[in-house]
Amino acid sequence: MTPARTRRDAFPVNWTARALWLALVVYCVYAAQILQITWSRFVIGMDQGATFLARMWPPNFGPQKLDLIIQGMLESLQIAFLSTAAGILLALPLGLLAARNLMPSPVCWGARGLIALCRTFHPVIVSILFVKAVGFGALAGVLALVVATLGFVGKLFAEAIEEISMKQVEAVRATGASFASVLIMAVVPQVMARFVGFGIYQLDSNLRNSTMVGIVGGGGIGATLFTAYQRFDYDVVLAILIVIIALILLFELISTQIRKVFQ
Amino acid sequence: MSSPNSLPAGPAGKEVRRWTRFTPAERVGRSLVYLAAVIAIIWSVKTIEVIPEFLYDAPAQTLDLFARMWPFDWAFWPKVVDGLIETLHTATLGTILSIILAVPIALLAARNITRSVALNSIAHVLLVSSRSVNSLIWALLFVAIFGPGALAGTLAIAFRSIGFVGKLLAEAIEEAQKGPIEALTAAGAPPFAILTKGYWPQVEPSFWSVALFRWDINVRESAVLGLVGAGGIGVALDAAINNLYWDQAGLVLATIFAVIVATEIVTSSIRSRIIQ
Repeated sequence: MTPARTRRDAFPVNWTARALWLALVVYCVYAAQILQITWSRFVIGMDQGATFLARMWPPNFGPQKLDLIIQGMLESLQIAFLSTAAGILLALPLGLLAARNLMPSPVCWGARGLIALCRTFHPVIVSILFVKAVGFGALAGVLALVVATLGFVGKLFAEAIEEISMKQVEAVRATGASFASVLIMAVVPQVMARFVGFGIYQLDSNLRNSTMVGIVGGGGIGATLFTAYQRFDYDVVLAILIVIIALILLFELISTQIRKVFQ
Repeated sequence: MSSPNSLPAGPAGKEVRRWTRFTPAERVGRSLVYLAAVIAIIWSVKTIEVIPEFLYDAPAQTLDLFARMWPFDWAFWPKVVDGLIETLHTATLGTILSIILAVPIALLAARNITRSVALNSIAHVLLVSSRSVNSLIWALLFVAIFGPGALAGTLAIAFRSIGFVGKLLAEAIEEAQKGPIEALTAAGAPPFAILTKGYWPQVEPSFWSVALFRWDINVRESAVLGLVGAGGIGVALDAAINNLYWDQAGLVLATIFAVIVATEIVTSSIRSRIIQ
């Protein structure tokens, strides 16, 4: 026997929420149908996946392959370092131009438009265009990631500069300082720590992306990976994936240390 | 900056304390980081392989590229639309799937829910692995398993997003206030009820903002998955580029651009309306 209800239900049923969850499920079924995702395909794939995994294991770290992997990885590192350095160098002035508190609004909107344009396209698409423009190889990858860096770091720089306290700026201006001095003495000290943080974050992200631009001809470990994949050398693919994950884990440890230094 | 002599003398027998911005350890640390950065850049510039011959005609090639893209080949439009619909569904379904997969891992990774360092670390390694492997590489693997098509793309999007969604969800769960949880525990609520009535209301806002943010990213990512055969508008782009039909490629790029601008408008309006 249920006791008579003496107090209101603490957790009443939310019918709107339930209807929304139901709609979500219906959408999933509908979308799966559009994409021709069926259970039978999934089961066949599982079979296929077992053979695939069997061919991947054990990872092939043979001396010849290891040489290729190391070369590809070093090229990926080069791409990541150069694109981050060049990208940040270009993003500094661009971010400054896009800061609404320091720049007149037409300049600002122009710079913001450029930043938005850089952010719109995925690095892979940008690298396809650069591969056409400057040919296969690491340079196309570097240029593509410079564009990605400009879009991301430029936006963050602009936002960081917009958040600074204007008191210092006014104080330095009141001394009759030139615009360059205002920047160096009043703006840079306030944003430097955050800039270093953005730089490290972007280096991390460029390192991840540099493993991918090779798939479309932009150089680095991605090219090695794609070749191994196309030759069905799945054990080499696994070896490369392990190296990529290890490198990124290592870099994450290093970047936490760097962040601590700049706290 | 000023020499020690110019400082006023302190009380006899006491050392004069001078203010410095950084401790010596900090200064050494910073210099080391700067030094490492400079070495890394110099090493990269010196050893990177660039073929200078390719650079001479780069401006001409770029102009040629844009000249060939215009005017667009509108006969290609039906294929572009089909690909576009597939891309949007891939992104959405992939995001939903990634959330379903990421929630258990996030619960394992949250130190206030799973009180076992071993399980926490396993969950963290899973999250980092998911994020380290690029979506295009995930797509390669799934195309090898499930064959070309949107199924591989959806799974690639889902597996790539687990790391991102899981990490942010775990952080949100760890930031939850203890009060409601303790009240529920004291009332004798079962563990599942503690999750749904104690944690969920606190985590919900960041949950939706993470989901929305990831969907925005996934629309961009799923547009390129077709380059490795994982379905969507990228297949049309790949075909156009391989056939050197740059007028078709231009149409695809313009469509992707328009869709991304549209998703950005949609997500920012939803964010300002619901989450804030």
